[in-house]
Amino acid sequence: MALIKKRLNRSLPVSLMLFLFLALFGAFMALPLVYAVNNAFKPLDELFIFPPRFFVRNPTLDNFFDLAAVMGDSWVPLSRYFFNTIVITLFGTVGHIILASMAAYPLAKYKFPGSSAIFRVVVLSLMFSPHVTAIPNYMVMSRLGWIDTHLSLIVPAMAFPLGLFLMKQFMEQLPDAMLEAAKIDGASEYRIFWKIVMPNVKPAWLTLLILQFPVLWGTNGGDFVYSEELKTLNYALQQIILGGIARAGVGAAVALILMVVPITLFIISQSNVIQTMSSSGMKD
Amino acid sequence: MQAEQMEQPIESTVYPKKKVKVNHPNKRSKMNRFKSELKRGKHYYILMAPYMIIFALFTVVPVIVSLFLSFFSFNMLELPQFVGWGNYSRLFLSDDVFMIALKNTLVFAVITGPLSYLACFLFAWIINELSPKIRAFMTVIFYAPSIAGNVFFIWLIIFSGDAYGYLNGFLMRTGIILEPIQWLRDEQYVLGVVILVQLWLSLGTSFLAFIAGLQTIDHSLVEAGAVDGIKNRWQELWYITLPSMKPQLLFGAVLQITQSFAVADISIALAGFPSVNYAAHTVVTHLMDYGTIRFEMGYASAIATVLFGLMLGTNMLIQKLLRKVGT
Repeated sequence: MALIKKRLNRSLPVSLMLFLFLALFGAFMALPLVYAVNNAFKPLDELFIFPPRFFVRNPTLDNFFDLAAVMGDSWVPLSRYFFNTIVITLFGTVGHIILASMAAYPLAKYKFPGSSAIFRVVVLSLMFSPHVTAIPNYMVMSRLGWIDTHLSLIVPAMAFPLGLFLMKQFMEQLPDAMLEAAKIDGASEYRIFWKIVMPNVKPAWLTLLILQFPVLWGTNGGDFVYSEELKTLNYALQQIILGGIARAGVGAAVALILMVVPITLFIISQSNVIQTMSSSGMKD
Repeated sequence: MQAEQMEQPIESTVYPKKKVKVNHPNKRSKMNRFKSELKRGKHYYILMAPYMIIFALFTVVPVIVSLFLSFFSFNMLELPQFVGWGNYSRLFLSDDVFMIALKNTLVFAVITGPLSYLACFLFAWIINELSPKIRAFMTVIFYAPSIAGNVFFIWLIIFSGDAYGYLNGFLMRTGIILEPIQWLRDEQYVLGVVILVQLWLSLGTSFLAFIAGLQTIDHSLVEAGAVDGIKNRWQELWYITLPSMKPQLLFGAVLQITQSFAVADISIALAGFPSVNYAAHTVVTHLMDYGTIRFEMGYASAIATVLFGLMLGTNMLIQKLLRKVGT
């Protein structure tokens, strides 16, 4: 068995059973996604065939051409939804990575009044979901005048607590000697952060990216964005699906685009993400 | 004694702060020390400020406001009116729909919480036995659903109530059923379907944390264990793997618990809002109902506070239990 690592304490029959189990559930996990991919390439007659067929017989790019056509002549062009999604995702993710790193560096490396209390509050905030704060959030947004702007989606995303937590845990592993050497050379804290800490936590950037990106990429505009021209791609997808069977092909094409981007990102960054996650644990 | 006094002037020129701390442990010096520490930490506060301001504005303040508002009657137009425990007594004593929502949420939490946690660990553990390339591939397969955006609408087609639905089509062709079943409109099935899809989506961050944790286990521990008489993988799992992964296990538990109490989007997407006879109504959808449709902000805040208490309480309890494991 070249596929299996030679290790202590392993017996082949049990290994095979476990792998069979894994393969079965792997199929369960993958089938809906495989189906989504297949659907995007099905011609119209195959989309509505009875009994329904799982795999595509005659793959075509028709759905994508239809999508391009719909993009052109709907009231708000679909390209506008694309643009909104990209703006929100880009600013939200990059801002999150920078702000979370800035906050994580002092928490990871120094003790100062309030540092442990602040970190404890961040950990505590991992223990409830944003739904809890939805209503007061609306009031805060309206006070700030951010209702119906992209800011209402971008800015709160920047202070996503999980990112700070992971970044801090990862930065703790940076050798102190490196930072002290820079300090002796006369570098300021900001310089140390930007020139030494940031380049050394690249794996953690990718991790924050992989956690934040799908959330923003898949946002439907939340409760705070009403204007049609500010809505996102996922919102457009939901409208297309609600539009019923006439747009089933286009819907499948949009769904494929929505899902391919984050998955590809994860495939590219996987080893870095795993490296960061190994320091994710909660100590006391 | 004299030698000490002679040393002092020298010491104080080099480390003025230390001298104050050691010789005069009174209030004034504590204040001074605190002040000088604040000054020393100035750069750190500046670095943290942008994140912390946003975090405070959108997480800390809202939690406090929500607690506060839950004792008021407030509709966003008139001034809030203090009602004491009124919202809570209404919630628990006269809101039948809330009771359904609470029951459903607990059912979700009790089923999807532990199951998804176990699944995260089990699959990570098996995947870790594979060679690096296959391991990377399987990781993508299991992790992909949780980041694939709202692709769970695919399940709408699978569970579609007419004969075109994949499940109905399959079951009818094999002769198990004769007529299509309304999977998403029948109270009998809808909760089960939402749980299934929730589980499908739940191998997220904790799954990755477990994979990472498994890869960093010190191999010499395993060898030492073999010398000490560990014979099979189950013993290795119990005596070596689990104890060495405790920090990741704690982290994963927090994420899975929080997620399992927050089921809403999937319920709305699959079962509709509101669902048939509130069969898939949860505390979060109840909160949305009062917060974003009926604008009873005080009442919705009481619901949010109950949810907050449920999530935080369960997390604290489970943390305490997990910390005890293996000590």
